[in-house]
Order: sequence, then C-alpha cells, then structure tokens
Amino acid sequence: MNWLLDLTPDEWNAVRLSIKVATVAMLASLPPGILIALLLARGQFWGKTLLNGLVHLPLILPPVVTGYLLLLTFGRRGPAGAFLAEHFGIVFSFRWTGAALACGVMGFPLMVRAIRLSIEAVDRRMEAAAGTLGANPLWVFATITLPLILPGLIAGAILAFAKAMGEFGATITFVSNIPNETQTLPSAIYTFTQVPGGDEGALRLTLISIVISMAALVASEVLARRVGRRMDIE
Amino acid sequence: MSVLVDISHRLGGFAIEARFESAGRLTALFGPSGSGKTTLINMIAGLIRPDKGRIEVDGRVLVDTAAGIFVPKHKRRIGMVFQDARLFPHMSVASNLRYGRWFTPPAERYADLDAVVDLLGIGPLMNRRPAKLSGGEKQRVAIGRALLASPSLLLMDEPLASLDEARKAEILPYIERLRDETKIPIVYVSHSVAEVARLASDVVMLAQGNVIAGGPTEAVMQRLDLLPAEERGEGGAVLDTRVLRHDETFGMTVLGSAAGEIRVPRLAMTTGARVRIRIRARDVMIATEKPTGLSALNILPGTITAISPGEGPAVEVGIDCNGATVLARITEQSRHTLKLHLGGKVFAVVKTVSFDRANTGAGLPAEADG
Repeated sequence: MNWLLDLTPDEWNAVRLSIKVATVAMLASLPPGILIALLLARGQFWGKTLLNGLVHLPLILPPVVTGYLLLLTFGRRGPAGAFLAEHFGIVFSFRWTGAALACGVMGFPLMVRAIRLSIEAVDRRMEAAAGTLGANPLWVFATITLPLILPGLIAGAILAFAKAMGEFGATITFVSNIPNETQTLPSAIYTFTQVPGGDEGALRLTLISIVISMAALVASEVLARRVGRRMDIE
Repeated sequence: MSVLVDISHRLGGFAIEARFESAGRLTALFGPSGSGKTTLINMIAGLIRPDKGRIEVDGRVLVDTAAGIFVPKHKRRIGMVFQDARLFPHMSVASNLRYGRWFTPPAERYADLDAVVDLLGIGPLMNRRPAKLSGGEKQRVAIGRALLASPSLLLMDEPLASLDEARKAEILPYIERLRDETKIPIVYVSHSVAEVARLASDVVMLAQGNVIAGGPTEAVMQRLDLLPAEERGEGGAVLDTRVLRHDETFGMTVLGSAAGEIRVPRLAMTTGARVRIRIRARDVMIATEKPTGLSALNILPGTITAISPGEGPAVEVGIDCNGATVLARITEQSRHTLKLHLGGKVFAVVKTVSFDRANTGAGLPAEADG
C-alpha cells in the first residue's frame, strides 16, 4: 500500500490542483447555471432555442474544439481575454484559472440540464400561494423555489464537479500542461503514460482519481437524501 | 368592508361577465363547476388578470383596466385558502404559519399566532411536516397561514371540496368560528348548498360566467329553481333560530324561530345560542288541517305564498309561517288532491330526524358592528 500513498510533490500538486480547479469551476458556474436554467425552464423569449443550443454546445463539440475556441476568445489576444486582463487583471491563458474556466464550460450543460429539470418539476401553485402571503417574486424564489430545487442543484453541482475532475481535452488545448499551474490529474496521468517507466505513477493517480470521484458521488447521495428527508416529499 | 367586482374576461371559449358587490361577513360565490367562481376569486387574489373591469376591496382599487391599475398579488394583502391547501413541503407547520408574517409591515400585523393556533386547534401540529398531516389538518393549517399574514380579506376556494364527509364536519365549526370571532370578511367559493346555507351571510349565485342572483342567504336560497340540478335535492329554506331549551329525556333540542318551535336532535350548544338550520324542501310535508296521530314533531302553521313547478312531477310550495318562509317539494298530484292554492292555510310538517350535522350549524351573530 505504501507505494500508493507515496506521492511525489508534483503528483500531490496535481491532486490538489485538480480539486481546486474542479471546486472553483463548480461554484463559479452555479449562479449562471441557475439563471440560464430558469430562463430555459420558464422564459418565453425569442432565441430560446438558440440559447439552449449554445449551452449544449460543449457537450456535442469535440473538447479540443471547445478548448481552441476558449483560447481564441479568452487567450491573451482574444477579445474577452484582453478585456478582462486590462480592466480586471484576470488572466486565463496558461493559468489554473483558465483550467477552471475550461472545466466550468465543459460541465455547464450537465449542470444546467439537472437544474432545469428540477425547476420544471416545481409546483408553481406553491409559488402563487407564497405570493398571496405577501412575498414578492424575489422572496418567492429565495424561500420557495430555491429550497424546492435543492436536490437538483446538488445533483447538477456534483455532475459539474465530476466532469471537471475528468476534463482533459479542452483544458490541455486552452492552458496546456504546465506542472504546478495547469497540470490537473488527467493531464498528469497523460504525461506519465508518455514517458518510459511512468506506469506506476499513472496507476497511482488513476486510483486517486477514482477515490475522489466516488467520494463526490457518495457525498451527493448523502446530501440529497438529507434534503429529501427534510422535505418529506412522498 | 365591501368587495366590488365588475369584470369581463374570456378564457378560451368561456366568457365571464360578472358584477357583484357584497358587504357581508361571509359572502359565498355559489354555482356549479364551470360557472366561473374560481376564476373570479383568483382575480380578487391577483392570480388572474381580467381582460376588462374593476375590482375594489374596502374602497381600495386593486384592478381598474381602464386606468391601467393592477396591484400585484403580494401587495394586495388578501389571504387565500386553496382547495389543495398548498402548504410548503420544505417547512414545518410552524414555519408555514409564520411565513406571511415576515412580509407584513409591523404596523399592519394584527393576527396573533397563539390566538389563531387556538382558534383552529392546531397547537399539537406545530412541529410536524405538511406531508404528515391529514387532509383536514392541512386545511386548518392553510387557513391559519392565510390568517397570520393579517389580510384585509380572506378568500377560500372550495376549502372542503377535496375532503370526505367526516373531515368536512371536522372543519366546518372552525370556519364558523372564523366567521363569528374574527373581523376579517370572507369570500367563500363553493358548489355545495349544504356549505353555503350553513356558512354564508350573503350569496352570489353564478351560472355560466354570469351572476344570476345575489343577496342575503335566506332570500337567495329560496330560489330553488336557480340551484344547479345536482344540488336541487339539498335545497330548502334557511332559518336563523335560537336554542330555547334542551329536552334531555328524548335527546332533543328545541329551537325558537319566527315560524314557531322546531325540535331537532340534541345539539351541543348552550341555551340562547344562535343556530342556523336548513329545512330541505323534500323533507317537508303539507297538511291542510292540523294532523293528529302523526310521528313528525314539527308542525308549523302557515299560508301558501308561492307555488312553482319543480322538476318532473314535483311542485315547489312556499309557505309563510309567521314571517319565515318554509319551502316544500310535493307532487303535482298531492297539490291537486289537497286543492292547494295561493293564500290557503296549511301546516308544514317536518320530521325531527331530518335534521343532521349537514343542515344544522352555528348561526351568525347579530349585525352589531357591521
């Protein structure tokens, strides 16, 4: 067992970085994810199909294409990248933030789908009842809609996290494979497989990868069950 | 306190054209399903925007399409009790009850949690989740939740329709207390003659989206011809009476009414209490002379004031018994045999056992404070 836990500093960094990137990607995509899911579930507007298609694009495009598009838009010379760097000092290219962006974008359709389904399942008559009790639409959302879609939110967040943990193509295309900066677990495993004698390291990271993903899944199950029990929905 | 509704609205192929005004303690919107009563109450609550018209509560304009006024539901301060209760599943009973309070400006909070919990008998339920409540309990909590938002008007949309008879009987007394012990006016949607006759001070009768009658319950309920076909058998005179005394030997209560003494099965009410009874027209027999050797205990002398054709072989006879009108449904053959005619002196005969929980309830208090 010793060889399994005896990680080199670079391997530890890859593990830590992966968790950081996946967590940030998940948390940062939650607010826009909820907003877009709301729009798609309840909005009646021109271009809804287009928005829906756009959101799902990362799911159907080859990840390399998504990564390249991110490089074009959020790279140093890209329109969005240049703007953000100049006005807010946020740089994506070849930084871990870029990896988080790539992972977030790749997981976004999964998150939106899960949240959208749970919003569509909300009994809108509950919201009407809250309205007659004096709650304005914002309060209705915060006190009725949000708690009722919590299981969907958790499911969507965990899906996005798991997707981020496994993201490879878009990340490596957008921010490359720099140890300590953008080398996440999949990139590190890939690197190991490219050098002679790297099998042991690749296997170690693979097992760690499995453990983290399983832990996330179990955590989401436990959380969802807790929320469900609290609500007592039969 | 008054409610004024004057709207016209189109829902697919269904048109509603309704106008009514009521200042009653409990105004019933009464009609068969599909008559537009739920649509009307949803408009008062602000859940439906009428195509055209005006809605006022106590002089406050909530809707005036001509002036472009539409007060959103959360600013109306109108409580609503839905047929399906709609308790929030993610909150305890206590949190459900307190929900409306958060959104009520402190100066306008008049409802007291303890008093409401006591009024509705929901104290033991406070820590439970809505999913763990019976239908009747859910409905009581829903009433409490609406009350605790300190509304200026309480709307109830068929609150008993989805409950069985036992649960209905459980809740009716609470609604009577609500009507008699709080000052909040109530608009109550129902398709049941039994509920309306028992609860309402005023009735607005609807059919196919139009108001076909309106006024005090006793007067409107005389119009048996306006009742929906499936409710006709329940129709009859509504009388406000008082408990004179109890007859413990035979387990009866003697009520005093303008028409004379009426004996009903023993009521759990104190002497002097107001009781409202509904005498179903089909439970009333007519005799041309005072019957003897008859088991029925209630024999009320009166004068025939109306004879109108009923359904099938039936005629409906209105009998003025010293100011109170009693309705009887008899066959055309009996009318012919007895030679009943307007102005004829007759006796209305009603069996004591024809009174039950469905047609005997607490009477409305006198209109002292309006």
